[in-house]
Amino acid sequence: MNVKEQWKGFQGRLWREEINVRDFIQKNYKPYQGDESFLAGPTPATEKLWGELQKLQKEERARGGVLDMDTHVVSTLTSHGPGYISEELKDLEKIVGLQTDKPLKRAFMPFGGIKMAEEACSTYGYTPDPEWHKIFTDYRKTHNAGVFDAYTPEMRRARHNKIITGLPDTYGRGRIVGDYRRVALYGIDYLMEQKARDLANCGDGTMTDEVIRLREEISEQYRALGQMKQMAASYGCDISQPAANAREAVQWLYFGYLAAVKTQNGAAMSVGRVSTFLDIYIQRDLENGTLTESEAQELIDHLVMKLRMVKFARIPSYNELFSGDPVWATLEVGGIGVDGRSMVTKNDFRFLRTLENMGPSPEPNLTVLYSSALPEAFKQYAAAISIRTSSVQYENDDVMKPIWGDDYSICCCVSATQTGKEMQFFGARANLAKCLLYAINGGVDVKTRQQVGPELKPITSEYLDYDEVMHKYDLMMDWLAGLYVNTLNLIQYMHDKYYYEAAEMALIDTNVRRTFATGIAGFSHVVDSLSAIKYAKVKAIRDETGLAVEYETEGEFPRYGNDDDRADDIAVWLLGTFLEKIKKHHTYRDSEPTTSILTITSNVVYGKATGSMPDGRKAGEPLAPGANPAYGAEQNGLLASLNSVAKLPYEWALDGISNTQTINPEALGHTEEEQKKNLVRVMDGYFDQGAHHLNVNVFGREKLMDAMEHPEKEEYANFTIRVSGYAVKFIDLTREQQLDVIARTCHDHM
Amino acid sequence: MMGRIHSVESFGSVDGPGIRYVVFLQGCPLRCAYCHNPDTWPLAGGTEMSAQELFQKIRRYKPYFGEEGGVTVSGGEALLQPEFVRELFLLCHSEGINTALDTSGCVLGEAVLALLEETDTVLLDIKMTTEEAYATYTGGSLAATMAFLQELHRRGIPTWVRQVIVEGLNDTPEDIQALNALMAPYDNIVKVELLPFHKLCRSKYEKLGIPFRFDCYPETREATIRRLQPALVLPGKQYKGRRGGCLNRSK
Repeated sequence: MNVKEQWKGFQGRLWREEINVRDFIQKNYKPYQGDESFLAGPTPATEKLWGELQKLQKEERARGGVLDMDTHVVSTLTSHGPGYISEELKDLEKIVGLQTDKPLKRAFMPFGGIKMAEEACSTYGYTPDPEWHKIFTDYRKTHNAGVFDAYTPEMRRARHNKIITGLPDTYGRGRIVGDYRRVALYGIDYLMEQKARDLANCGDGTMTDEVIRLREEISEQYRALGQMKQMAASYGCDISQPAANAREAVQWLYFGYLAAVKTQNGAAMSVGRVSTFLDIYIQRDLENGTLTESEAQELIDHLVMKLRMVKFARIPSYNELFSGDPVWATLEVGGIGVDGRSMVTKNDFRFLRTLENMGPSPEPNLTVLYSSALPEAFKQYAAAISIRTSSVQYENDDVMKPIWGDDYSICCCVSATQTGKEMQFFGARANLAKCLLYAINGGVDVKTRQQVGPELKPITSEYLDYDEVMHKYDLMMDWLAGLYVNTLNLIQYMHDKYYYEAAEMALIDTNVRRTFATGIAGFSHVVDSLSAIKYAKVKAIRDETGLAVEYETEGEFPRYGNDDDRADDIAVWLLGTFLEKIKKHHTYRDSEPTTSILTITSNVVYGKATGSMPDGRKAGEPLAPGANPAYGAEQNGLLASLNSVAKLPYEWALDGISNTQTINPEALGHTEEEQKKNLVRVMDGYFDQGAHHLNVNVFGREKLMDAMEHPEKEEYANFTIRVSGYAVKFIDLTREQQLDVIARTCHDHM
Repeated sequence: MMGRIHSVESFGSVDGPGIRYVVFLQGCPLRCAYCHNPDTWPLAGGTEMSAQELFQKIRRYKPYFGEEGGVTVSGGEALLQPEFVRELFLLCHSEGINTALDTSGCVLGEAVLALLEETDTVLLDIKMTTEEAYATYTGGSLAATMAFLQELHRRGIPTWVRQVIVEGLNDTPEDIQALNALMAPYDNIVKVELLPFHKLCRSKYEKLGIPFRFDCYPETREATIRRLQPALVLPGKQYKGRRGGCLNRSK
């Protein structure tokens, strides 16, 4: 049995014999059933550093959103020397390491695409070194260049017309969570030994495409591990060996994550399920008297401070999709083990506490893996933090655990992945609302008048017939699913080839399982439109060319969001049908196809490109985000809306079903005690029905209006809200998106 | 049995214990000067629905009710359709769902007495504390409300008393003393809530072409409520109930 000095006091055997962090956690963690009274406030060091960082953030905003940018150095694991929040205060930083040599300075990352890297600079008034243009155009190909070399004309047309949209062909696909805990538990040297062994055992000598590619990838992973050691050494840390105490465990783990964000600017760069793992180290130090609770909280506060500093240089079209500078440094707390023990530890409270010690913040994207069976005190504390900060999201552990086990991480906004065992091919969304309009108009886009889909006979009757529409829609979805999957196949191929995630993959098993994440946009509008056609009379208004451009609906029809099966059955049908069509197709590297109903803030820009719908939504108006019912559709209050969403089977949307709700504090109860109790009850009821996800916002419309008009007020500097899939500082949203957030139904019945 | 429903709200958290499914019935005999829902006044109107049909909707929310929550029937005036509400409450009790009535207590007859048999909690609005003010501002009678309260006391039904506070009308310490005096004999009163007067309903009056009599008063500030709250005396502080919570609770 492998014995190391640093593992003194730890129980269990299997994790010593192989890389198996889950086994280590299960054998060593200590469930905590108590309440939050043990928690410590911020230390003077935390307050000083956070004060300094807030100054920097203020300056960043004053400069139009970017404090500083690198224009000379291409970011790699070892490209930058050490950086600190402030040179004078660097001894106060318990956890060190920045993406570049200065705080909030954005790195130059051209491997995804040189044009985008340059545009990101020029947008904020920076000029990148022209030498890089030559190198990344003439000598070194990028992911983006590869994709556009291979796209078919049909793919380009579909992309241009935004029926498939938000594709990761102009930005990193992200969503790969390295098991950063491995760095702390095993040290880099052991991880390198294991990868060397994997390389030696890769293939039987027959050089198939698969074997050749994998051999090259393992070598890249091995190299990345070596560079991680170098990078850590520049901060004076030797991570070749396991972490010996809590501070080292947090620091080693963070170096692993830092390696990822130094080399990849993926849309989502999750941290993963680290809380319970780290608690084991903290608990050991607390018990042997080498750490106090205040020092433990300081470690977590400082880690979280670092996660709040992760930044990427983005282009304007990216910001339209994902507004407010998110990086999805998603981090989980809570959950229940396969053996039925709660996985809530004191550390889960500490992570939530950071939102009080340092105020609300969109990052890290704190996620509670929820179950009504979680300890009551923990549920109450999480609810209290939600009520005070609107910075937490909840995901149903009871539906995810049967699929992913008890050591999964959330790899983006809401999507689960087994930590260290799986990776995901992120594939944005197909706009099913637009697809319905194509079905009616024979594949012609009403916005551009181009023939995008197949030239099916358009529907010509004055009043739309349900059966005819359904038939055409089925055919049009067949076409869309095929085109969408193949476009993604091509994108993922090029990403692997030109922008491989060596650092993250080095911390994942070589024999990795892959999921292929597709997604749906415009969900509720399709459901309501089909319901209108079925239960009311929908008249198509055609222009002089015969294209249906507007719809007039006569009579009442049930809408999704009212717990009415007539509409909700259509919703369930739509999800199942789309997934079935996706699954027919070959997916890159034999990955498992999944789908999602989540749109992030991109519902605004998707809506802009989508014509009027039979449900009454006008051309250009935002789509409802994620799986949310359409604006104004909910006529029976919050729980009716939640019940509708809860009917969508998670098993058919393993990539996630995002739901964002805003509750007026007065509607939740008169006192905070009542509010906490009621919020917990709402979540128990919602998740016990098998719902997947809930973003909880607790504030009134007035506060949003005031924040939009007076962003300069001190109280709004860190005012954080949950939007579809992540949290964001409200004042960092574009005005358009602020208006969209305000327009959405606020549950404020009194 | 059919009822006339004005609307429903699936998420009520301040309309009785726990989380409540709130049913607003159509029709009200009172004409309160501050009424928030003048569209519920006429007996005609609303949507007709059977108790069974409504119950099928309500039971979908059982996962949220927990130990305390349930259904609250409000109005309009719930007591104008007592047979319908009774049938609904019977159905609720058959599945262990807690029942509450939100009422002014202005009707008391045989049908209402039968309804009270199936009522777990009452939210009783004591609108004004003198007979004169009651008549002037609501068109009803304080005596009716007090008779209803007496009946609730006799039956031991836990009761929440509520009053809307209007600045310049009933916001003095003397007003609160008068309310205390009315409540004092009834130890089944387990909670007293002072509610601020709002004017969000103004547009409803405009749409209906009815004058909004209290438009002349300002909206009540939170601070006013906070100032008056401590003067309240709760008669049923120790009240445990003479019959335990929900009947036939099968959960």
